[in-house]
Amino acid sequence: MSGYPDYMQESIRLVEKTRSERLEKGYPLMSAEEKSEILKKWHPDYKEGTKRLLKIGPSAGQLMPHEVADILEAHPIINPKDIDLTDISFDLDILIIGAGGAGLSAALLAHESGIDPDRILMVQKLRLGDANSKMSQGGIQAADGTDDSPTRHFLDIMGGGRFTNKPELVEVLVKEGPDVIKWHESLGVMYDKNPDGTMKLEAGGGTSRRRMHSCKDYTGLEITRVLVDEFLNREIPYVEFTAAVELLMDDKGQVAGSVLFNMDSDEYLVAKAKSTILATGGFGRLHIQGYETTNHYGATADGLPLAYHVGAYLRDLDSTQFHPTGAAYPEQIVGQLATEMLRSRGAQPVNKFGQLFVHSLETRDAESSAIIRECYERNNGIITPTGMRGVWLDTPLIDLIHGSGTIEREFSAMYRMWGKFDIDIRREPMLVFPTLHYQNGGVEINTKCETSVPGLYAAGEVCGGVHGKNRLMGNSQLDLYVFGRRAGRFAAERAKKIEIGKLTLDHVYRYERWLSEAGIKTDRRAPLILPEYRGKRTLEHKIKIL
Amino acid sequence: MNGKDEKFITIYIMGKKHMVPANLTIMKAMEYAGHQFRRGAGCRGGFCGACSTIYRTKGSYKLQVALACQKIVEDGMIVTQIPFSPADKKRYDIDRLKPEANTFLEYYPEISRCLACNTCTKACPQDIMVMDYVQAALRGDVKEAARLSFDCIGCGLCAVRCPAEIVPYNIGQLARRLYSKHVVGPASHVLNRVKEVNEGKFDEEINKLKNMPKEELQNLYNSRDIKV
Ligand SMILES: Cc1cc2nc3c(=O)[nH]c(=O)nc-3n(C[C@H](O)[C@H](O)[C@H](O)COP(=O)(O)OP(=O)(O)OC[C@H]3O[C@@H](n4cnc5c(N)ncnc54)[C@H](O)[C@@H]3O)c2cc1C
Ligand code: SF4
Ligand code: SF4
Ligand code: FES
Repeated sequence: MSGYPDYMQESIRLVEKTRSERLEKGYPLMSAEEKSEILKKWHPDYKEGTKRLLKIGPSAGQLMPHEVADILEAHPIINPKDIDLTDISFDLDILIIGAGGAGLSAALLAHESGIDPDRILMVQKLRLGDANSKMSQGGIQAADGTDDSPTRHFLDIMGGGRFTNKPELVEVLVKEGPDVIKWHESLGVMYDKNPDGTMKLEAGGGTSRRRMHSCKDYTGLEITRVLVDEFLNREIPYVEFTAAVELLMDDKGQVAGSVLFNMDSDEYLVAKAKSTILATGGFGRLHIQGYETTNHYGATADGLPLAYHVGAYLRDLDSTQFHPTGAAYPEQIVGQLATEMLRSRGAQPVNKFGQLFVHSLETRDAESSAIIRECYERNNGIITPTGMRGVWLDTPLIDLIHGSGTIEREFSAMYRMWGKFDIDIRREPMLVFPTLHYQNGGVEINTKCETSVPGLYAAGEVCGGVHGKNRLMGNSQLDLYVFGRRAGRFAAERAKKIEIGKLTLDHVYRYERWLSEAGIKTDRRAPLILPEYRGKRTLEHKIKIL
Repeated sequence: MNGKDEKFITIYIMGKKHMVPANLTIMKAMEYAGHQFRRGAGCRGGFCGACSTIYRTKGSYKLQVALACQKIVEDGMIVTQIPFSPADKKRYDIDRLKPEANTFLEYYPEISRCLACNTCTKACPQDIMVMDYVQAALRGDVKEAARLSFDCIGCGLCAVRCPAEIVPYNIGQLARRLYSKHVVGPASHVLNRVKEVNEGKFDEEINKLKNMPKEELQNLYNSRDIKV
């Protein structure tokens, strides 16, 4: 039995018909001009009316999606009068906010840099490791192949990012890439390998060599659970279901920890720290332009307002990454990711007539644009029962190319997820459409992961600059560990040298002033901490009694 | 299926009756019914195990398991989440361990009490052969334990159901780290590349690119050779 309705199965027959011919012919890559044209016309980033210039703060004048500007042009959620800054619950060298890959790496390296575990605290609003990091399927780039080099990797990243990246960050990323893989292996991460013990390396959109390392299609799960296991082994203190809601500063203008919110008891806690590391990840749950997202429940971009309240610079938030292949059907998993690795291994995007219309491995911005054009300009997409449009991702090609059994072996997550809806991706294609995936821009950092405010470090998806205006597959996973580790190391160095002065929340008043001076009248408050998905009736009738 | 033709069914969330749209996952149905998750939701995509759920359906005595974010509601379903399972993860120094049966027995001696009842396997929402990986660990077959447990998302349901009070996912985690670190070992081309980087082999090349005018870099990019 197929999970697809009859009319979709009819189209699948056409897809089957053209399969062997398509396999042979392929589709040419776009020229630089074609690419820039299609981006302008079809990439959601270029859609009019979706962005505005930020009105307040040190990065005022930057263009960003309304959804992001909305959480920056919003009131802080705490009232400083409610907080007793003399009642300190945690007195620390290092506070790490967010236990995804970046935060966990920072914790391990802070520990290895000689900070006593008891002087470190990890706070995490969900469980340890429940983060975008765990969801990464496809892989992680690093230039360790014999026909590859960090120099090539550098060029691929700069081109992929449309030459808007911060080159010194890219340099660090590519040079430390192989060392991150080495580190993972020393911790016991199970990478996919060839029989001779070399890494299985694959291509990704925009890579000029095969440099994608994977752990089946559970790459992030495997790396994250090893890091969590190691983190627990080191007995570094942590609190789960506790969110950072406002950073603290001291009278010397340094960031000095954070006000925390215990999500079980609704009480606040004060954590004072010599170095604070922001590793809160990205913004998928802001549903930019109403898009569905691949991101985890906690991806509400808390790091942006937290950092902006204390005056940190932001960058590159005008560009958003839409992943070309999110599920468009079945409805229950709309927006969930169909990993790019499927295309690396041979799956092709085809329209409802079974025709190819784009190369399988364009950079993500171009690939997404081509799919949107196919659905909306050329009207060659399938329309689902809920009115969504999508094109086919022809997965059966993978077994055809690499032998039967490949999909089950290498893509067990995908096989399982679609299988639950009676879609056998070994035999039937997946219906896909671009989905909101990654926050390209964010808090500006230098190579030491320092933000523009002393005492505040940042690493991972919350940052901007590494990937410029478009990130390539597998480079975010690399970014987390490269810069997560650096944040831990440099934050430790700083913590050994400095003293914190008198704690203050004056920046909250300053922020309120910025808002009122810019004439912003709103009842929006940020950070959001959790997205709101409750039913309309519930929200309309909600009162607070208990 | 939006608008008029939306079909509703009845489910019982922790015993309380709710009418919800028939096409929702358990997670979205609970939200529809007014719950805002603090615990019990993580990735929302089948990758984290935060949303472990047990349920019974109308007319069935069987206790079933699911991930709330991956399972569609059924009429008459009685559900509750188990967002946490108490377990004692042992601390160890992975560098010093040996990939053998004794390592498992030293840290998790309770695995020797495995009854081979297969309850864990039946409880696994990932359809993993849980009993087989526990048994493989007991035999010292680290490779098999690592391979079989690979898709584990640590949801905890096997541990909650095991009559011998074993925590299978801790065994799997240990097995995978032992296997990768002590049986397979590092890839030599990775170590070589790290050495080359540390010796400064690429410094000059990258510096050149870093300082190149944008136009020149663009040309270089557009004409780079692609071998994939
Ligand atoms: C489905 C999916 C697939 C992906 N696949 C790939 C891939 O194949 N290759 C690749 O390179 N990249 C991939 N990515 C991107 C990459 O995985 C993410 O960019 C990356 O994991 C982000 O890591 P992070 O540590 O910065 O943030 P996260 O991993 O998201 O961790 C941030 C953590 O901070 C917590 N947090 C947030 N706010 C607060 C707060 N106020 N207080 C306390 N805690 C807070 C969050 O809950 C979260 O747990 C993928 C992303 C997704 C979503
Ligand atoms: S092995 Fe256990 S913890 Fe892992 S996914 Fe299966 S039931 Fe959950
Ligand atoms: S449930 Fe427990 S006792 Fe039964 S097979 Fe699994 S591990 Fe062994
Ligand atoms: S929320 Fe992560 S598996 Fe369901």
